[in-house]
Amino acid sequence: MSPRAAEHVEHTATGRMVFDVGSQHPSTHGLLRLAIETDGEEIVSAEACLGFLHRGIEKLGEHRRYHQLPTLMDRGDYLSGIHGELASALAVERLRGIEVPPKAHWLRSLLGEINRIASHMAWYGTFGRDAGVTSHFFYSMRDREALLDILEAVTGQRMTFNYVRPGGVIADLTVVAESKIRRFLRTFDAHLDEHQTFLGGNELLQKRLRGVGVIDRDSAMSLGLTGANLRASGVPYDVRRDRPYAAYSELEFGIPIGTTGDAMDRYLVRIEEMRQAARIVRQCIEGLPEGAVMAKLPKALRPREGETYACVESPRGELGVHLVADGSETPRRFHYRAPSLFAIAALEQMLPGTLLADAALLVGSVDIVPGEVER
Amino acid sequence: MALDRSVGEHSLAFVKREQLFDWARRNSLWCTTLGTACCAIDGLMNLGGPRFDIDRMGVLFGVSPRQADVMVVAGTVNRKMAETLKLLYDQMSEPRWVVAVGACASTGGPFREYPNVVLGVDRVVPVDVYIPGCPPRPESVQYAFMQLQEKIRRQTEERSAARRDGS
Repeated sequence: MSPRAAEHVEHTATGRMVFDVGSQHPSTHGLLRLAIETDGEEIVSAEACLGFLHRGIEKLGEHRRYHQLPTLMDRGDYLSGIHGELASALAVERLRGIEVPPKAHWLRSLLGEINRIASHMAWYGTFGRDAGVTSHFFYSMRDREALLDILEAVTGQRMTFNYVRPGGVIADLTVVAESKIRRFLRTFDAHLDEHQTFLGGNELLQKRLRGVGVIDRDSAMSLGLTGANLRASGVPYDVRRDRPYAAYSELEFGIPIGTTGDAMDRYLVRIEEMRQAARIVRQCIEGLPEGAVMAKLPKALRPREGETYACVESPRGELGVHLVADGSETPRRFHYRAPSLFAIAALEQMLPGTLLADAALLVGSVDIVPGEVER
Repeated sequence: MALDRSVGEHSLAFVKREQLFDWARRNSLWCTTLGTACCAIDGLMNLGGPRFDIDRMGVLFGVSPRQADVMVVAGTVNRKMAETLKLLYDQMSEPRWVVAVGACASTGGPFREYPNVVLGVDRVVPVDVYIPGCPPRPESVQYAFMQLQEKIRRQTEERSAARRDGS
């Protein structure tokens, strides 16, 4: 994709103006460059320019052993490391036919949901900033820190956990971690109501979000959107329910869907997802089975020739890993489906027709992580 | 310097002009944040949050390069981004400092085998403080800013010592 725009703001003969937002700009949530063509206050066209964070994760994956793939996936979608690890671990397990102990399945779901809330909290904090609200960021960070404490107590890291590996997970839940989770659950629902009153209940914000950046049902599906962005448009597709992995077939949770597919719906769906995720965490902590957390595996995995696709529901949508094995210690091809990439395509479609002032808000509303887009 | 131990209402402090400037500089480090990848989340976003609250050290994030004293590079920089990085650094006015957050910004990190990745931002701009970690904890970044303040303080002393020796 080459930019239609020049390097800087440029006047054209038609009186239209081209703004270059990014590649380094606080509102693009990482390194994304948007060439936005405007006519007065209105956006005429928008084009995303990628490649500012291309680190060759897929190519490096071809030179890593199967055990090491989660390490790379961690740094792909860095806001939801557990989900990236899980997708790659599931793919390896499917290729080699590894039986995962039941407790590992439950821990994967548990940590996945905690990570989902943490990721949504980061989105919530930055989304408000895009809308021009500052103080609620500190409240979202208060909850996020509590979640990062839990993740640190279980995995040893606040981000890039390297926790889920092919064959299970590396560590069991400790007593300290469990009490931290319970303490978090005691207050979280009340905190969420507080967030909802604070930002979602704000009439000014509602006025800015309603009817802006509408993606209807059909175009959401044809664009390949997944996750909260798709569900906001009214399509109840959730990988956790439709293609269950980990312990999700035994867990109860609702799938919030929107009606119009505007920015407000996307906001509400994510808030409700956090509530459902807390519900799953509660079930996981109550129903956690006993036993081992890691299957016995040889040092080097050599799956037979073949290929597989495994997907998980990451906070941003369907995160899938496609692996092609050739019988050696390293995969022949390692590819992953990044849900944010499709959200950027949706962004290009929803920006024209809106006001320039809403551009940052809409970029925030689709919740993209350029790290996973650019690989 | 006595100025660091707070100046009361009726007290008086005699300082050299450049000492005063450096004191002000190191206690109000405005940063242009070049948060590219993971380090930007844990090293910068959480650091600006309520638990670590870097603002109390006078460090302010998200400032335009033209106003900033420090450039914080957090995350992997590839060849395409390196051009922007250089451009932003050139826009900053002197005196300016650069902090490299994390393994990627320091050396290329886990991606250093890939030819598109710049092997540390010191190949593009001079770096003052390197922070290890993948990603570093917010405390490490906090410590890095304390080290940077120390570095600025030492620069003042070295400058006046050099002048003393010369005269």
